[in-house]
Amino acid sequence: MAEVANLVEMRGIVKRFPGVLANDEVDFELRPGEIHALLGENGAGKSTLMSVLAGLYKPEAGTIRVRGVPVSFGSPRDAIALGLGMIHQHFTLIDSHTVTENILLGLDDPRFLMRLARYDERIAQTAERFGLHVAPSAKIWQLSVGEQQRVEILKMLYRGVQVLIMDEPTSVLAPQEIDQLFKTLRSMVDQGKSIVFISHKLHEAMSIADRISVLRHGKVTAAGIKPEATSKAELANLMVGRKVLFEVEKKPRQPGEVVLELRGVCAENDKGLPALRDVGLKVRSGEILGLAGVAGNGQSELGEVITGLRRCTSGSILVNGKEVANRPARVPIELGVAHIPEDRTHVGTAPNLSITDNVIMKGYRDPPLAKGRTLDRQAARERAERLKAEYTILAPSVDTPARLLSGGNLQRVILARELSAEPTLLIAMQPTRGLDVGAIEGVQRLLLEQRDSGAAILLVSEELEEIFSLSDRIAVIYEGEIVGDSVAADAETVGLLMTGGAGSPKTEAAA
Amino acid sequence: MTGSDSAESRLPGGIRLPFEIQVEPRLHVPRWLSPLISVIAILVALLLGALVLALVGGDPVRAYAHIAGAAFGSLGVFSDTLVKATPLIMTGLACSVAFQMKLWNIGAEGQFYMGALGASIVILAGVVPADAPRLVAIPIMLVAGVVFGAAWGLVPGWLKARLRVNEIITSLMLNYIAIALVNYFIFGVWSEGGFQMTRTFQQAAWLPRLSDLAEQFPILRGLTTHFGLVFAVVAAVIVWYILFRSLWGYEIRLIGDNPRAAKYAGINITRNTVFVMMLSGGIAGLGGMSEIAGVVHRLQGSISPGYGFTGIIIAWLAKLNPLVVLPVSVLFGGLILAGREIQPAGVPRLIQGIILFMLIASEVFLRYRIRLVRRP
Repeated sequence: MAEVANLVEMRGIVKRFPGVLANDEVDFELRPGEIHALLGENGAGKSTLMSVLAGLYKPEAGTIRVRGVPVSFGSPRDAIALGLGMIHQHFTLIDSHTVTENILLGLDDPRFLMRLARYDERIAQTAERFGLHVAPSAKIWQLSVGEQQRVEILKMLYRGVQVLIMDEPTSVLAPQEIDQLFKTLRSMVDQGKSIVFISHKLHEAMSIADRISVLRHGKVTAAGIKPEATSKAELANLMVGRKVLFEVEKKPRQPGEVVLELRGVCAENDKGLPALRDVGLKVRSGEILGLAGVAGNGQSELGEVITGLRRCTSGSILVNGKEVANRPARVPIELGVAHIPEDRTHVGTAPNLSITDNVIMKGYRDPPLAKGRTLDRQAARERAERLKAEYTILAPSVDTPARLLSGGNLQRVILARELSAEPTLLIAMQPTRGLDVGAIEGVQRLLLEQRDSGAAILLVSEELEEIFSLSDRIAVIYEGEIVGDSVAADAETVGLLMTGGAGSPKTEAAA
Repeated sequence: MTGSDSAESRLPGGIRLPFEIQVEPRLHVPRWLSPLISVIAILVALLLGALVLALVGGDPVRAYAHIAGAAFGSLGVFSDTLVKATPLIMTGLACSVAFQMKLWNIGAEGQFYMGALGASIVILAGVVPADAPRLVAIPIMLVAGVVFGAAWGLVPGWLKARLRVNEIITSLMLNYIAIALVNYFIFGVWSEGGFQMTRTFQQAAWLPRLSDLAEQFPILRGLTTHFGLVFAVVAAVIVWYILFRSLWGYEIRLIGDNPRAAKYAGINITRNTVFVMMLSGGIAGLGGMSEIAGVVHRLQGSISPGYGFTGIIIAWLAKLNPLVVLPVSVLFGGLILAGREIQPAGVPRLIQGIILFMLIASEVFLRYRIRLVRRP
């Protein structure tokens, strides 16, 4: 291979959005055959920079060279024609169409007659070459998220892309799927492709990347450093601009009374299949019970049955000794159950309502917010102002609609609402998912504060590290069953239980 | 590869503009912006209408003067405009309430008819004694109208809440049933001498008109504006208060914006669906009652030239704000009236259409800031 120093060279890229300078004179280089991780917090400008490279945005200033030739893109089509393709965080697939149809969409060939079978074969060949297993004639809705991502990758490979830009590809994947993805990325690099891997997860960048660049507030804080030559702490420092403590400080605390008790709880998922099988759990006040498990093993349903959002087919759920199973969602709320939902945008907040309206969602029925049957708007506003300051919600005002907030700020709105009610029981579903390093630290500290002030906390997380560092006790869920309760906090035991490798010991809820 | 110019800065002929158009989402919408943009949109609509008039050889100034005169020109015609606006206010309110919860009540027309039927039944079936004074007759008619309208809203509301039947279909279908039901009564039961109308109600069942006061204030002579307008304005204030100041209104808006979040906040969606549809139907029913008791004074066919459907448009133009429904309804009342005045020209229709189009198109200026930036 001829020695080309840089496949892609971006110099002095400036991109402005209303109110923010997303990229401020950013330089970026990509060498042929490397995996280059682009690290940074949410809003640091990683996606913006790569969208510029993929032809989606036009920069206000700066130059892009591909193989040494200056280029300028009018649309992503131009970028793809030069071999630069981007896979976005949110997939752009049509659910009711097949894999092949999705891949061919927008191409000039086939022209009129589809002759899908012929193309199915071609796509299968491409898939084979890179170890991307997916059936070309399957419809998108039949595929798992991991498989859908493979379709997105195939779409780019089929278009002959040489540089693949992946925007936070692991955020939607389960741990095994992440391993699978990393293997695929390696095999693509072995076949001469180059990859830009956008992430805010340090350990992923450290394990997959050949070189790492870091962005903070639209500026480069580290360019092309080798993972061997750095450390997680140093990278975190570069990303956040201050020291990040990976070990949250946890004081010892004697757990108190049992606050939540589940006995023989069974429930079905949205498709009517059993999601929870005979679940038994206890959480005491002043205790964090960490529930580990691969996504989709019944965690979401568990959170919903406790908060009254899903029916139980059998069993009982006691909060402070009172039955809440199959009662309206208001009953657990009145018993002091707070809920940080898994889905912040679709469940946790109302997008077009203001921050004020969003923070009073749980407390609007009670004084001082309610005055008889009217809502005291002044009191609501004051509460919103107070919480905005206390939880450092960054927004122009408390009238700002929730849809304009970033993921981290939205989570802060939810935390502010749920935690300020001083709950007796907190159901925290994936509370740090999608947040960046600095924000994660803050959320974890808030959870520990709640524990120290006597709340019982059920923490559901896919991040084992988080479970290990926060929990007083750990349980594992697999296919809707609690397969380990009060297990030792070591990655191997838990990992084995999570993947059903322990021969399903079916531990009864240890009192 | 295309050129380096962004697409929006090029006109179809490839002419290069000396500036670039930038579109940015607005992070903060000041309170005054929305009414300002609406007013500008209406002015632009009138200009475009004038252009069309000029192109077909008309005199826009004279045409507008005529329309304005026919709708707002004198106390007399303005009073007629208000008469037209009264039912529009109530159907507009009915739709606003339901739409706030994203309940698509397309049945305000039927609920309007049912309100009229309810108000008539209490008179014609003798629930209200023939010699009852006005202070007794009117409140009973009012309650009957609201209850009948609410019942007509209850049906699609209940079907939606319990059986998840699409309320658009049911409320629309119920319109035809309501009209047919009214026809049954005016053709079959209370037909007056074979005509498709009932007998005229006794005077005590008439809503007072401004002209009733003509003896004390001669200026009011001949003015047909009736007490229904007061009902409409009071209803608008009450609905505004419910929506924007009460706990119930907060629930309605929360469900409307994100039902899953509302469920998560412990709000009973089933019950709210039924109640909001009943409130919506009740207000439309009040409209029907006021039209019967204030204008025609008997039950007859075609009491509404589609007020229930115009209410949908009014609700949207008022951005579902009950207080804005008032001026929008007056504008529409005026256009309907002027339309009758110079029907052959069809100009008011044209203007109505352009205004609608402009108001809907002007939304974009509320959501986005559009700037012209000089090219470097």
